[in-house]
Amino acid sequence: MSTVTTVPEGTVNPYALSHLDSLESEAVHIFREVAGEFERPVILFSGGKDSIVMLHLALKAFAPAPVPFTLLHVDTGHNFPEVLEYRDRTVKKHGLRLHVASVQEYIDAGKLRERPDGTRNPLQTVPLTEAIQQHRFDAVFGGGRRDEEKARAKERVFSLRDEFSQWDPRRQRPELWQLYNGRHAPGEHVRVFPISNWTELDVWQYIEREGIELPEIYFAHEREVFNRNGMWLTAGHWGGPKEHESTETRLVRYRTVGDMSCTGAVDSDATTLDAVITEIAASRLTERGATRADDKMSEAAMEDRKREGYF
Amino acid sequence: MTTPILPALSAEQLSATTLLRFATAGSVDDGKSTLVGRLLHDSKSILTDQLEAVEQVSLSRGQETPDLALLTDGLRAEREQGITIDVAYRYFATARRRFILADTPGHVQYTRNMVTGASTAELAVVLVDARNGVVEQTRRHAAVAALLRVPHVVLAVNKMDLVDYAEPVFAAIAEEFTAYAASLGVPEITAIPISALAGDNVVEPSAHMDWYGGPTVLEHLETVPVSHDLTACHARFPVQYVIRPQTAEHPDYRGYAGQIAAGVFRVGEAVSVLPSGRTTTITGIDALGESVDIAWAPQSVTIRLADDIDISRGDLIAPADDAPPVTQDIEATVCHVADQPLSVGQRVLLKHTTRTVKAIVKDIPSRLTLDDLSQHPAPGQLVANDIGRVVVRTAEPLALDAYADSRRTGSFLLIDPADGTTLSAGMAGAAFAAAPEPVVADDDAEWDF
Repeated sequence: MSTVTTVPEGTVNPYALSHLDSLESEAVHIFREVAGEFERPVILFSGGKDSIVMLHLALKAFAPAPVPFTLLHVDTGHNFPEVLEYRDRTVKKHGLRLHVASVQEYIDAGKLRERPDGTRNPLQTVPLTEAIQQHRFDAVFGGGRRDEEKARAKERVFSLRDEFSQWDPRRQRPELWQLYNGRHAPGEHVRVFPISNWTELDVWQYIEREGIELPEIYFAHEREVFNRNGMWLTAGHWGGPKEHESTETRLVRYRTVGDMSCTGAVDSDATTLDAVITEIAASRLTERGATRADDKMSEAAMEDRKREGYF
Repeated sequence: MTTPILPALSAEQLSATTLLRFATAGSVDDGKSTLVGRLLHDSKSILTDQLEAVEQVSLSRGQETPDLALLTDGLRAEREQGITIDVAYRYFATARRRFILADTPGHVQYTRNMVTGASTAELAVVLVDARNGVVEQTRRHAAVAALLRVPHVVLAVNKMDLVDYAEPVFAAIAEEFTAYAASLGVPEITAIPISALAGDNVVEPSAHMDWYGGPTVLEHLETVPVSHDLTACHARFPVQYVIRPQTAEHPDYRGYAGQIAAGVFRVGEAVSVLPSGRTTTITGIDALGESVDIAWAPQSVTIRLADDIDISRGDLIAPADDAPPVTQDIEATVCHVADQPLSVGQRVLLKHTTRTVKAIVKDIPSRLTLDDLSQHPAPGQLVANDIGRVVVRTAEPLALDAYADSRRTGSFLLIDPADGTTLSAGMAGAAFAAAPEPVVADDDAEWDF
């Protein structure tokens, strides 16, 4: 793993940093601040590209020492098998410790009820919150980016949550310079977003530059899908398609990776990182607009989920 | 809105870009949302689904044109009240640069938000309405930019279409603003005549103002130097974390992790560790996986030292011949950002770089009115959005620079130890680079934002 700090061509200043170097340095600084100030930090790791980049940054931040954090995955029970396999392989490769909070177990125990639309995304909040309480995590790293969604654009890098994990956007601490205030009362915790200032394109360019491996579903492949509310959902054991919905095989890839019940595939022939980057640079849709059914529900869908303690 | 002008960027173009953080400030109705909307739109940063959502909501409210403010008003309360409450961060890119824009609202919690946005900005765009010229709020914006030591200020004289694109109107406003900002010590001021609505000089040069030969707003944003001469800065490295793997592979590795706050560090350089003052030599710099001979701000690196001296989080590494003074008595300008006041005698926590210490507010000698820079002596306390001078005594010594010399190692937060609230944002040393004639006011009862 080596990084070459290049001076962008055409610049006179020999001490300039490329935008990826600037963003990487900022994220590493945030990881180290948390390591220095918190007792029990945890990284939310879903096997999606943003959490994969987060983990990569954490590995670099503390090398040659191991990452001083554990990982937490909220498993909806409807995760892509390719992603779960990637998750387990990664944990093993780096000798990490993974906690899993299972939505399925909550449903089986009658503590959560399946929604009529079959979407399990909103159901993640309770297992997440209880896992944070149970393990007494005081800092929880999330891969949220401000460019993703307009409620997220108002999120701080250090975001204080009460004992119910709730977010109160009107009571956020102003964040000045690079001075992050992580003070919190017992039972409260801080959500930390090290890649707040990255865009989807930055994430992909960084993945390419660093040679980071991803689950294969991010690249074009043939898949049996069906159309629901304008989105190509994957056919499978999670409960789709319904009787009136018909499946077809299409060449697709995933732009985001989440619960199978609400993450749409996009038509794509991009089989390489280069092709994916070209495709995203030319795309006229945001990644959430293109692929997330749950964010299409209302103007404040994300804000409401965030207030309740969602990622 | 016109059709997008800039083509989509290739991967090669994007990998060679630098990053510019900038902030926008303007009074209500100066056209800031229109300017931001145009920058985002014309750089293809507003995507189809976002625009459709905005159009849909605007239509449902009976508005004829899409209200681009809805793009940045991310919270329900903001959309319902039609106001921007909080700083919104926006992201866009051109072939030359990636931009992070801190869009600060013009009215609610105005000072707090602009100070927040300006604290990390390398450039501030101040908007004025060409019909109104420099007003009270414009002077306030200039003062915040000067106070926060934002290196580059752009004066965008907007709505030139409403003054017949007349050069004398622009020239008079530019001259008045430049004189005022320069008197506060703003090092670089660029005035640009624009019409955000018509698109003049925002992205494309105006066809109506032949008399103007300077850059458009976007051209200026793309070409302004992102950092000043780093070798002229005092090199500063606050230690964040000590890396000691103690593994079979690395039994003796001991490195000090941090982000270079200012200047340049080299292997072989003699350094002091503060506050202890012990000196040693840099034997290695690890730049995230790669060993290097030289590193500079704002790189995150791990520094290895020749001697096994006691160093922990909160210490500062600086060149042995250019170390900052160590002090427990701080005089500073603060912007008060909390709803609860800051009072003389109050016990607080002071967070400076990676060190947090106990402190007490010994005195609040004055409060400053940003409109006319008048000083109000001995106010006793500061309330939300006040700017004031404070004298603070810390329980432990700090290696503190003047904010004018180093934004990162001259800034600090005051924090309420009881509930963790961020109370004030502090800047050590003199308030302005060039001190204007102080105006001492005796009656401040009516003073309000």
